[in-house]
Amino acid sequence: MMKGFLQESLFLSGVLLAAGFSLAPFLWFILCALKTPAEVTAIPLQLLPSFSLESFRLAIERYGILHYLGNSIIVAGITTFVSISLGTFAGYALARLPRRPAKIILMAVLACAMFPHIAIAGPIWDFLRFMGWLNAYQGLILPYVALTLPLTIWILTLFFREMPEELEAAALVDGCTRIGSLQHVILPLSAPGLFTAAILSFIYAWNEFFLALLIMTDPAKQTMPVGIALFQGEYTIPWGEIAAASFITTAPLVLLVLLFQRRIVTGLSAGAIKG
Amino acid sequence: MTRKDNIFFLILLAPALFILLLFIAVPIGQSLFLSFHRLILSLPQLGSPFLGLENYKDLLHDPVARHSLWITLIFVCAATFFELLIGVLLALLMHHHFPGRGMLRACVLIPWAVPTVVSAQMWRFLLNDAYGMVNYVIFGAHTTEYIPWLALPSTALLSLIVADVWKTSSFAALLILAGLQVIPEELYLASRVDGAGVWQRFWRITWPLIRPALMVALLFRTIDAFRVFDLAFVMTQGGPADATNVLQFYGYKKMFVEGWMGYGSAISVCIFVMVLILAVFYVRMVGHRLLEASG
Repeated sequence: MMKGFLQESLFLSGVLLAAGFSLAPFLWFILCALKTPAEVTAIPLQLLPSFSLESFRLAIERYGILHYLGNSIIVAGITTFVSISLGTFAGYALARLPRRPAKIILMAVLACAMFPHIAIAGPIWDFLRFMGWLNAYQGLILPYVALTLPLTIWILTLFFREMPEELEAAALVDGCTRIGSLQHVILPLSAPGLFTAAILSFIYAWNEFFLALLIMTDPAKQTMPVGIALFQGEYTIPWGEIAAASFITTAPLVLLVLLFQRRIVTGLSAGAIKG
Repeated sequence: MTRKDNIFFLILLAPALFILLLFIAVPIGQSLFLSFHRLILSLPQLGSPFLGLENYKDLLHDPVARHSLWITLIFVCAATFFELLIGVLLALLMHHHFPGRGMLRACVLIPWAVPTVVSAQMWRFLLNDAYGMVNYVIFGAHTTEYIPWLALPSTALLSLIVADVWKTSSFAALLILAGLQVIPEELYLASRVDGAGVWQRFWRITWPLIRPALMVALLFRTIDAFRVFDLAFVMTQGGPADATNVLQFYGYKKMFVEGWMGYGSAISVCIFVMVLILAVFYVRMVGHRLLEASG
């Protein structure tokens, strides 16, 4: 009885510790958004904010955070769409091609996800400059598509492979073309796989910083991570505004995680690769 | 499977492979090519003469680069070690069946979803030398004893490691959790009947069965840790005194701040080769296992 109680309380404190470790630092930081500058820098720490929305107002009006947000939505949205479209075609082909060539291609694709970004940054930058695509949405979207494709292709190939071939065979016998069967038989059944790949691509493109910093030098085209990293105050660090911007950037992702955690977990552990 | 089908499949594959070729494979080749040349962006009149291995020779004798390599290795080893350690603990907790399990899993996933730039700003705030929470927790209101974590060479790298561990332990935990979930419950029941203790159960059953997942997490985290950049950029700008000048940040500075494209490329090729060695291990191990698992 005693031992059971001890184990229970040990387990419970472990759970609390894990939740605290994951949440406390972030919540504490985000609370700054609701505090006045004096409350942010108070010692001893002031736990409860005065729930002032001044930081949000300043972040939006003075720092134009909504503008960065708009850029992020455009870039991450289009990246996800293109990556999923191309990934669906490639994944379907790889799932139906003979195993041997498919395997070689999949391995090469996986290797693409491993390279350090610095090793491709210089030439990409040079290419984009040549095309006049620096500070253009497509200049950031195309590299993002390349970086998210490996994950998308892997998730979708594995997903399509698990679909019974008889389903498709029946459609083919009935006179359906390959593209017809992809459209009418395979795609409607693959919503979960497509969705998982889409969430992960979106999160990747939403959070990416290194290439965004290099390619988008014009503040009018910069995405949220660049805006947050380059946040400058006049005399002091504007923590309230940074926290407000951080909240606006992170909230959609937290929402995605809370709503679709099961799918994200499956996608991550099935792929075990990240862009 | 007809010939026509195969041609159709190749057409489907083409756009994706073209993008990967154009934005990943070709740039890698170009970086390699550039690393044998001298190209300085601010001095275009010099052209880009062929230097052979000179950039690499310079790199070997560049004290900043050697220091940077050293720093990066420390960062990679320490961060990966703690991420896996915490990852295993988190995974074991999440593997238990209890009422708040879904809640816990969502909590643990949140740091993973937070953009690295946001977590970097967050740690910059928490580690502040005048009003940071970390100092307050350690020293209370004795502000005179507060440590400027990010301004001291001895603690700046540690700060980066803590920030990385906070954000990515959950990823390791998820991979390990996936490994745990394939362990049949009966194994535990049987061993319990046979009188095995908690420790014995862990070392004899759990450990051998999660080892493959742990290896995946280890390799993956190592590869990712080599690319650390965001944290150094936001938290310390590589300082103080190069204490957090990790390789990717050094390469970035050489290439894009100072414009030494050739030399910067040599740095990036070195990172690339180190990661490549790890990646080959990774692809051989994980790739095959995944493909087999999928039938």
